[in-house]
Amino acid sequence: MSLALPAPDIARALIRISHEILERNSGSANITLLGIPTRGAHLAKRIAFAIEAIEGTSVQMGTLDITLHRDDLRMRAPRALMPTVIPSLGVEGRDVVLVDDVLFSGRTIRAALDALGEIGRPKSVQLAVLVDRGHRQLPIRADFVGKNLPTSIEQSVVVHLRELDGAEEVLIEGPAS
Amino acid sequence: MKHLLSINDISKVDAISILDTAQELARVSDGPMKKLPTLRGRTIVNLFAEDSTRTRISFEAAAKRLSADVINFSSKGSSISKGESLKDTAQTLQAMGADAVIIRHSASGAAQRLADSKWMSGSVINAGDGTHEHPSQALLDAFTIRKHLSKGATDLTGLRVAIVGDVLHSRVARSNVLLLSKLGAQVVLVAPPTLLPLGIESWPCQISYDLDEVISNVDAIMMLRIQIERMSEMYFPNAREYSRYFGLNSDRIRAMKPEAIVMHPGPMNRGLEITADAADGARSVIVEQVTNGVSIRMAILYLLLSGNQEITENGVNS
Repeated sequence: MSLALPAPDIARALIRISHEILERNSGSANITLLGIPTRGAHLAKRIAFAIEAIEGTSVQMGTLDITLHRDDLRMRAPRALMPTVIPSLGVEGRDVVLVDDVLFSGRTIRAALDALGEIGRPKSVQLAVLVDRGHRQLPIRADFVGKNLPTSIEQSVVVHLRELDGAEEVLIEGPAS
Repeated sequence: MKHLLSINDISKVDAISILDTAQELARVSDGPMKKLPTLRGRTIVNLFAEDSTRTRISFEAAAKRLSADVINFSSKGSSISKGESLKDTAQTLQAMGADAVIIRHSASGAAQRLADSKWMSGSVINAGDGTHEHPSQALLDAFTIRKHLSKGATDLTGLRVAIVGDVLHSRVARSNVLLLSKLGAQVVLVAPPTLLPLGIESWPCQISYDLDEVISNVDAIMMLRIQIERMSEMYFPNAREYSRYFGLNSDRIRAMKPEAIVMHPGPMNRGLEITADAADGARSVIVEQVTNGVSIRMAILYLLLSGNQEITENGVNS
């Protein structure tokens, strides 16, 4: 097990992502941040705070549970559903930024795009992730990445956030590549 | 969990997880797109060997919102009315590739028989078997009570629920007593002695013969239908006397706690166990129970059909 991102690096990465989101979208007015539970929802909240601190205005922020749209439901034990909270302005015509902790196969994001399509038609959909560990199984990429972590497929990436886990770190577990 | 046959089979944790799942699914039902792809390609059979409006339509709506294919099958108009046995019917359904069978049957234990047999491999969901159990109804009732009265708690601790009327013939009462007490509520059954089953002392609830004594200190009151079709003998002198002692009317509504709710599993005999103004009044959540029924049944279908029970959760990064 090795430490890939310590707490200060996570904070810096999120601040940088917040700036990049603002730069790409020329401000926060049309942005809707949607975190994918559980950890993505906490990261979206932190990015929203950072954007508010930078811009001085509030930003639309919510959560999007993708469980019911997963393509592996038949291969796993049933999962508990998490809340989906769509902010007041909805997603129609907005620039939606999906936020998740780890980008891996890309299947979660595919499910998120389906879930989003049920709610409305955003102007654009962008993706922000804390860690991109590679091994994509679908043609999906992130627009904003905290850190690219080269991993082997046998390893797993574990994200701990202080809101949920007490600790604040990104770890790589399993055999070294 | 593969089947849902009886409340006895599910733990308190299971029950709460069904209620929580239903709560999230209810938000989907409130949204603009009511359909989810979750059970696409699954076949669900509604096998109703006894009449039903609410339960059948509710399961059908739930299955369709999760994109499952639904085959409706009722005794009238099928070979059951020609005397085909449950076994032959089940084998037919198996041959057609049913992933789940929702069964309503007049014989107590029919669902259990279907689940225990090797006649079919899919999930079995009990939608009411004789006078035995009706677990999905109890779950939707618990969901309704929790939504109105639990003040954010996940269970029903500290709440008092009265179930009034024809307990003897009621599978709804049995399932509700088991479930509500499991969730921490105190249940009191109110009925004339002739309408209480033998062995009622062993149920986890209190018994009363006096509705007026009970009504002022309950948080929810559940009126049961007088099941005339199951009554072969006289259980009470006449309908007027039953209404006077055990019916819910506007005088009794006024005696209730200010926030207390009125429930009925339906169909109602208006004027017998409940008067029209009690059924349609501000405290009544009877119509809402139907709405909640769809969410609960979506949760049941999702939890029974979505996963492979042998594989446990392990991936974090997928």
